[in-house]
Amino acid sequence: MIEVKGIYFTYPTGVEALKGVSLTIGDGEFVAVMGQNGAGKTTLVKHFNGLLKPAKGEVLVDGVSTRDVSVAKLARKVGFVFQNPDHQLFSETVEEEIAFALRNFGFDETTIEKRVTWALNLLDLTEYRKTSPFMLSGGERKRVALASILAWNPNVVILDEPTIGQDHRQKENLRQFIVQLNGQGKTVVVVTHDVEFVAECNPRVVLMTEGKVVADGEAKKILTDTTLTLTASIVPPQITQIFLGLKDLGLPFDVIDVSEARRILLDYLEGAKH
Amino acid sequence: MVIIETKALTYTYPGGTKPSIRDVSLSIEKGKFVILTGPSGCGKTTLCRCFNGLIPHFYGGELKGELRVAGLKVDEHPIYEMAKQVGLVFQNPENQLFALSVEKDVAFGLENLGMPRSEMKERVNWALQMTGIEELRERAPHELSGGQQQRVAIASVLAMQPEIMIFDEPTSFLDPLGAQKIFEVINELKNKLGVTVILVEHRLDLASKYADQVIIMDEGNIVLDGEPREIFNSETAWLLGVGVPKAVRLWNVLQENGLVLKGAPVSSEEATQFLREVLKR
Repeated sequence: MIEVKGIYFTYPTGVEALKGVSLTIGDGEFVAVMGQNGAGKTTLVKHFNGLLKPAKGEVLVDGVSTRDVSVAKLARKVGFVFQNPDHQLFSETVEEEIAFALRNFGFDETTIEKRVTWALNLLDLTEYRKTSPFMLSGGERKRVALASILAWNPNVVILDEPTIGQDHRQKENLRQFIVQLNGQGKTVVVVTHDVEFVAECNPRVVLMTEGKVVADGEAKKILTDTTLTLTASIVPPQITQIFLGLKDLGLPFDVIDVSEARRILLDYLEGAKH
Repeated sequence: MVIIETKALTYTYPGGTKPSIRDVSLSIEKGKFVILTGPSGCGKTTLCRCFNGLIPHFYGGELKGELRVAGLKVDEHPIYEMAKQVGLVFQNPENQLFALSVEKDVAFGLENLGMPRSEMKERVNWALQMTGIEELRERAPHELSGGQQQRVAIASVLAMQPEIMIFDEPTSFLDPLGAQKIFEVINELKNKLGVTVILVEHRLDLASKYADQVIIMDEGNIVLDGEPREIFNSETAWLLGVGVPKAVRLWNVLQENGLVLKGAPVSSEEATQFLREVLKR
């Protein structure tokens, strides 16, 4: 469990990035942190594994303050996948990249070998085992970064802007993958402003603007509240926009999903016949 | 008038074992808004590099077939000549901006052309005005928000008054409202100035309503080329896993249930309008 209690954070440049944020993320939750550029999303999640420490307030991971444990120790529980994989990758081969952290955590070589093979398989990277990560495409490098985190099996996985630069099919794979992780009981936190991606996943949404949390709840409720979306520089999903335009016909407008939209429209027409 | 035309264009990077684009024949009319999309690695970026002469002049490799851009045969004109005709805006504005003020960044390309100072000032003012960032002129680009930075990047390309502007996923680092504003700016450049726009994009929900033509590539080939409505509604687009807008997807599933709308909607506004006609009946 991650408990954030009234945290403030200011960068050395004087930018006040977090101004009193409190929230709790339970084990096995799937949370999307959304909001405009510069709202403090990445700053917030960097507090979850102790990369940043709050100036005021505290963050507890499974009851322990991030001030009292090293990042190395926290990383075992909370894995962080950066927005730009190049900030993370450095090894000569994909295999080495994935084995690196496992070695640091003191796993024995047999376990390392097993875990590396497992992670390569999971992310469809087996053919690149001996390839340099820097020879791969941006999307593939992102998968290597993710594989290297998943290999040590953290309970919480944080993904910063995972959909940038991914085409539609890769995004769909990512979505299924997240759902699968979450199904295995992992806590998944995604930082994103990809509204359509969130609409497809329907997680809990934490909405931020100017260093504060302005809303926290079901994606379906938050993405369809036009006052909230405007505050956070978000555009409602396309399906919601369509239903907002039909409000005067007495149709609901908190709709984000294509199949739900279909059902509502067909029911409406069925009702109109009688 | 046709502004970009290729015939059987095939290109292989130096040391490449197979062509990155093959047998590409297309024609783009002046002043149109064209979306170029397709799975990662399909050859979109390579094709754009042909349009501004980076291929073959910078990358080398083997180029076959015909390629005419703004009346020029690209292989016969150096990059600096092509750059006057074809401007390129990148995905991440941070990679494009470097000067200490917005004004200086926008003026940079013009200085390189050796333009007289008074004319340069006029051009910079005009470009800042067109992109709606006049009030930012004295600011340092790195202090601006992502959306503002991208507008500065657009202004600095626009200042060169190219006939064609290529945007390579220009909004992927921006929040949705910022992204929408950038698409509106791009559309205005097309409408007011008659600039030919080529937008390379994966996220089609926001941009589709502006497009006159959609080109879909796969494995170096053009697989679809036509009006957005017919393209998005084709089975090929769906099979390729192209991110067809949700409005079109909704239309598809309604059709499976026997509900016939006027056509495939390319925007939420259009979907609302088409649905209204059916629901009110």
